[in-house]
Amino acid sequence: MSLVPDAVDHAVDIAAAVGAGERSAVDVLNEHLDRVAANEGEIHAFNEVLRDEALAAASAIDQRVGAGEDVGPLAGVPVALKDNMCTRGIPTTCSSRILEGWRPPYDATVVTRLTGAGAVVVGKTNLDEFAMGSSTENSAFGPTRNPHDTRRVPGGSSGGSAAAVAAGFAAASLGSDTGGSIRQPAALCGLVGVKPTYGAVSRYGLIAFASSLDQIGPFTHTVADAAAVHDVIAGHDPLDSTSIAGSLDRVSDALDRGVEGLRVGLITQMMGHGIEGISADVLARTRAAADALAAAGAIVEDVSVPSAIYGLSAYYLVAPAEASSNLSRYDGVRYGLRSDGPNVTEMNTATRTDGFGPEVKRRIMLGTYALSAGYYDAYYGKAQKVRQLMVDDFARAYESHDVLLSPTSPCTAFPFGDKTADPMTMYVNDVCTIPSNLTGHPAMSVPYGVGDDGLPVGVQVLAPAMGEAVMFQAAAALEALR
Amino acid sequence: MSDTSELPEGWGLVVGLEVHAELATATKLFCGCPNQFGSEPNTNVCPTCLGLPGSLPVLNGTAVDYAMRLGRALECEVNPSVFARKNYFYPDMPKDYQVSQYDLPTNTEGRLALPDGYVVGIERAHIEEDTGKSTHIGGDGRISSADYSLVDYNRAGVPLVEIVSRPEIHTVDHAKAYVSELRDILEAIGVSDAKMEEGSMRVDANVSVRPVGSDELRTRCEIKNVNSVRSIGRAIEYEARRHIDLYENGDAPRQETRHWDEAGGRTRPGRSKEDADDYRYFAEPDLLPLRPSAEEIADIDASMPPLPAARRAQVIDASGADGDAAALIVERSQDGLVLDTVAAGADGASVVKHAVNNLADGVGELTASAFAALVGLESAGTLSSTQAKTVLAALVERGGDPEAIASELGFEAMDTGELESLVDGLIADNPDEWARFVEGDKKIQGFFVGQIMKATKGQADGKVVNQLLSRKASS
Amino acid sequence: MSKRISADEVAHVAALARLSLTPEELELFTEQLGDVLEHAADVEALDLDDVEPLAHPVPLVNVLRPDEVTPSLDRDEVLAQAPAAEDGQFRVPRILGEEP
Ligand SMILES: [Mg+2]
Ligand SMILES: [Zn+2]
Repeated sequence: MSLVPDAVDHAVDIAAAVGAGERSAVDVLNEHLDRVAANEGEIHAFNEVLRDEALAAASAIDQRVGAGEDVGPLAGVPVALKDNMCTRGIPTTCSSRILEGWRPPYDATVVTRLTGAGAVVVGKTNLDEFAMGSSTENSAFGPTRNPHDTRRVPGGSSGGSAAAVAAGFAAASLGSDTGGSIRQPAALCGLVGVKPTYGAVSRYGLIAFASSLDQIGPFTHTVADAAAVHDVIAGHDPLDSTSIAGSLDRVSDALDRGVEGLRVGLITQMMGHGIEGISADVLARTRAAADALAAAGAIVEDVSVPSAIYGLSAYYLVAPAEASSNLSRYDGVRYGLRSDGPNVTEMNTATRTDGFGPEVKRRIMLGTYALSAGYYDAYYGKAQKVRQLMVDDFARAYESHDVLLSPTSPCTAFPFGDKTADPMTMYVNDVCTIPSNLTGHPAMSVPYGVGDDGLPVGVQVLAPAMGEAVMFQAAAALEALR
Repeated sequence: MSDTSELPEGWGLVVGLEVHAELATATKLFCGCPNQFGSEPNTNVCPTCLGLPGSLPVLNGTAVDYAMRLGRALECEVNPSVFARKNYFYPDMPKDYQVSQYDLPTNTEGRLALPDGYVVGIERAHIEEDTGKSTHIGGDGRISSADYSLVDYNRAGVPLVEIVSRPEIHTVDHAKAYVSELRDILEAIGVSDAKMEEGSMRVDANVSVRPVGSDELRTRCEIKNVNSVRSIGRAIEYEARRHIDLYENGDAPRQETRHWDEAGGRTRPGRSKEDADDYRYFAEPDLLPLRPSAEEIADIDASMPPLPAARRAQVIDASGADGDAAALIVERSQDGLVLDTVAAGADGASVVKHAVNNLADGVGELTASAFAALVGLESAGTLSSTQAKTVLAALVERGGDPEAIASELGFEAMDTGELESLVDGLIADNPDEWARFVEGDKKIQGFFVGQIMKATKGQADGKVVNQLLSRKASS
Repeated sequence: MSKRISADEVAHVAALARLSLTPEELELFTEQLGDVLEHAADVEALDLDDVEPLAHPVPLVNVLRPDEVTPSLDRDEVLAQAPAAEDGQFRVPRILGEEP
């Protein structure tokens, strides 16, 4: 059954109307909260709905607008936050038992930036535990359902954030993308989803999965909405050493530049030559997108990125290795769950054994193994070299192309339990999205029609580091050609 | 100094020292929390140094500068460096990994020259973060017998430099000298208060023994929890003898970490952690590499203050002091005063004598010119050494002009005429005693000197009185 | 390429990571980790001796902050989140050994 509303307000329109005092932020919020009341029980997009906090924030916005204040570019826009972003005094769980009930004493930088721009936080959204998964079935608090077909997954790991926007619970949301966790659920939920350049958006307050791969980005209905949110959350943060200094160009200004003469490369390895298992209808939609761009005046040609085929292997060595270290701190000493033990070692073990789900344990052990003495060079060290190989290959591709094109997800939204039996079949969902995380380059998914099953298909637009402007330019054009 | 002075015949000592020194920055290594000793528990903490989920480190530029400064003071090469994560579980380590430097440390290949000229190679001096502190409640106070422990994270994330010597120390005295010299250098360049009592300087000793003449490296034990220069000597000597006893009984030590028990005067095995052997180091993805520029390093060299070794040499040149006196003077930072005083024309030997014997509690208001003037009065015989000492104390207390103070105290140099008539009177009053003195009974000399001193309220110069007495006896 | 990961290795890794596994879990995880590592064999097989490893996607160096004090957290707020606290400190069960 579909729970996608017939019509939803776009973030930029809400912001314009609320900012101009033509609509009240409280009314806008209530429209969204009404949909939550009606359908959240079925969808389960949220770990926590912040009804009262949101209403208080919205009426504060209205008062400030009434007082003639400029409340910012996201005035009164209801937003949802993936529950791996710290919110002061508000439970932040990563959908894990080990963090159940933890109330951070600080806000993530993205949260400060969003609320500072007038956005209203409606809730914390469900995810695969610690963002490890591609279906949101790995949440300790139960799965999220895809609003387009509630028998199917919304994708993951940011499934709750995707579902919240698709179901009209929020006009925009934030997810985190370590191997495709924004772009893949965006594709499966018919949304725009952006993974910015590594370092463009601060990771301060984002609970780490794999530190050298994680980036925060928006889910929205339109490219323009995504641009508006990106322009708010991107920018240098002295609290994140890997944050890119200097000012970034506003992507909102790049949307109407068209594609006349734009050089677009279709990644052959992701179009059925190298990477297996991408379904025919998805390939067809991607090809159709390329043709549409060509018809609109873009120069489209096939381009080879040979090392792209190693992405999946490299990713499943690098990400678990970093995760195994990042997740050591959940030891029952300072916060979160503690399971008792006669001594601190047994307490640590009991806590972690009770607190982590199977997928998290699997990746912690995989990463511990990849880093352990005797295997470092063969696994982690080798994988880090593959990343350099990919950076070089993509650099060559971008010598003659402005953006690259590929499918986002190998398939449309799949039924619950379809890929849970063996980990590899689930991991393969990220095969087209992983390379951008390994290189740190930006990439985004744009809805482009439906597959044979009538479910949304997303096309991925990739760009070189700091190439957000041209990426959004191409994405906006593609959206217009849909 | 013999290689085996402290050990049974035939055995040589091999020691490498790992010194952790807390850097005296205002804030911690990766966050803005105060780097402060003795605050209320868990009051200098933030998301980053508590390792809260989502927190990130940002490197303290002054800590890096201090570490490079120390590196240059130890004649190290300062290299491009990378931070790494050392992964192991421990409750006082908030992230359950320590951010340190592994294969690419900031400083490598240095050397430390001891006061007696012996040179110890420095393998590396790298930057890392300190851990919190746990207190053990119940049991006999030792960790494993406690009922439970309490953890304070104020110290977590405090910047440390770990200085690793090569295993080139072969006597207990050199081990002690190495540590005090390193402490003096840390203080001299102002990068650490290096207080072993407060734990801002901590020493671990890797100890092994071998037959004299062999250059093999046998199984070593790492001795932790050594909290003073004195206990370093005791701990190393104890451990070396323990190894020798084992070998001589056909046994051998196991490689392990042991803890020095100050009260018991012995080392105890720490529990060897089963997973301590696999730290799974990898480059810390939340921090970026350091690439110090040639200019930075040149600036550090240019602003390097004179180091203790150079200062000692200067004192010895200028004053003729011996090594121990020079070391003491530099350690008390009195070398500046001593050099100026000698430069002002004072006799080096007397300046050093007074500095060593009479300035233990500091120089107070004493200036080089006053010091020089005082030494002048003393050498001229105007003041007895006793008087000079008294005047020096006054100068330290309130400064001023030695001559003025001397007369204020009634220290008038007596003219010898006056003194001679006093002596004559004394001889006349005590003929028997005088007879014994003339016959060479030296014991009786004290009686005459004492009487004169009494009569002159100590103002007579002992030397002059003795000269008078012997002249009269032989005339 | 290296031989398939053994149950003993998985058990060792679980101990390093402070996780305890039932015999069933040990068997399952051994199987599954083996599959993932088998898939990684293509990377393991690559000859990349002349390629530099990439640890950071951003080419930044010398990112430093000034040595200036910023506010610390309120202790009560911090300890309110602790599973066990006493005298302004975090309380933990007996620690078996000294710092390694
Ligand atoms: Mg160390
Ligand atoms: Zn802090």
